[in-house]
Amino acid sequence: MFQNLIPLAEVAESSVSFEPVVFWICAILAVLGAIGMLISHKAVHSALWVALTMINLAVLYVLQSAPFLGVAQVVVYTGAVMMLFLFVLMIVGVDASDALIETIKGQRRVSILAGTLLVIGLVMLLGNSFSVQTAQLANADSAYGGNVQGIAALLFGKYVLIFEITSALLITAAVGAMILAHKERTAPKKSQEVLAKELFAKGNYQGPLPSPGVYARHNSVDTPALLPDGSVSDISIPGPIVARGAAKSVNETDLSEIQIISEGLGLVSSEDDEDKK
Amino acid sequence: MSPNAYLILSGIIFSIGALGVLLRRNAIVAFMSIELMLNAANLAFVTGSRVWGDLSGQTAAFFVMVVAAAEVVVGLAIIVTIFRTRNSASVDEASLLRW
Repeated sequence: MFQNLIPLAEVAESSVSFEPVVFWICAILAVLGAIGMLISHKAVHSALWVALTMINLAVLYVLQSAPFLGVAQVVVYTGAVMMLFLFVLMIVGVDASDALIETIKGQRRVSILAGTLLVIGLVMLLGNSFSVQTAQLANADSAYGGNVQGIAALLFGKYVLIFEITSALLITAAVGAMILAHKERTAPKKSQEVLAKELFAKGNYQGPLPSPGVYARHNSVDTPALLPDGSVSDISIPGPIVARGAAKSVNETDLSEIQIISEGLGLVSSEDDEDKK
Repeated sequence: MSPNAYLILSGIIFSIGALGVLLRRNAIVAFMSIELMLNAANLAFVTGSRVWGDLSGQTAAFFVMVVAAAEVVVGLAIIVTIFRTRNSASVDEASLLRW
């Protein structure tokens, strides 16, 4: 992969017409992504805008004869960091958007003023930093046989101490994240047996619910069922109907009819009963 | 092409990142703005490396990437912990230490 990218970087080094075109496209897209991050209300949109900026910066790295950093940028930033952001957004809640009320009065106006001043200052400061290109990076690359090899020689030679300290930093960060994300148990973990007992504990009815209307001498779903002992079953009506306030109450005549049925007082003839048998 | 253009771009992106930290109240978006500022610094490093013809700048950018990765891991873990206790990722909510 690096072998394919290096010629592109060398072309960028040598040709005059090729670089400005790519630079302007990527620069505009990168600034667009940054502004998009700044103004989009949802954090997920912000993350995607930042990913756009980072991909364009990766192209600019490759354009400036840094193919290794270009690939590392795509892998580390857009691949790992931004996706980590998206995962955390999933935990925190995608809908968590910014409050628009200012806690400090006039903070927004002052911030925008300060940002504009910073842009002007930085552009004036950086605009004339380099007048001539002092050396070709290609020479430094070819000293060790390529960009990756050159960076490796520096990493494991001149900067090896920093590299070692970096490993300590990474391990500390990993342990720190584990400690921060760790949740102490306040109660022992429930076994399956305990869970099953809790599920079928007294009062937790797990069977099918009584169907509505049957014993109330109506078969519509908005009429509650009457249980064999004559009491009204509230769980027999579907929840949405209750929420809409459309559930019918059981009237007195129904209750008295049920009373008659349950006591066998002959509202239904005894012959019918025998037929069923 | 003049390397100053890259530096100006890096300055603009850095400023937008700084503005993001100042303006946005969602801790995660503020964090993304910090990443943007680090990226702008990386672009300046790479540009400097190219102008001087020295790979040290690219190595520095590499170290910035490593530190940024470690920082993201710890920072996001802190945000998740704060979210667990306060049910909010807004930087205005965590104000107990305010006088």
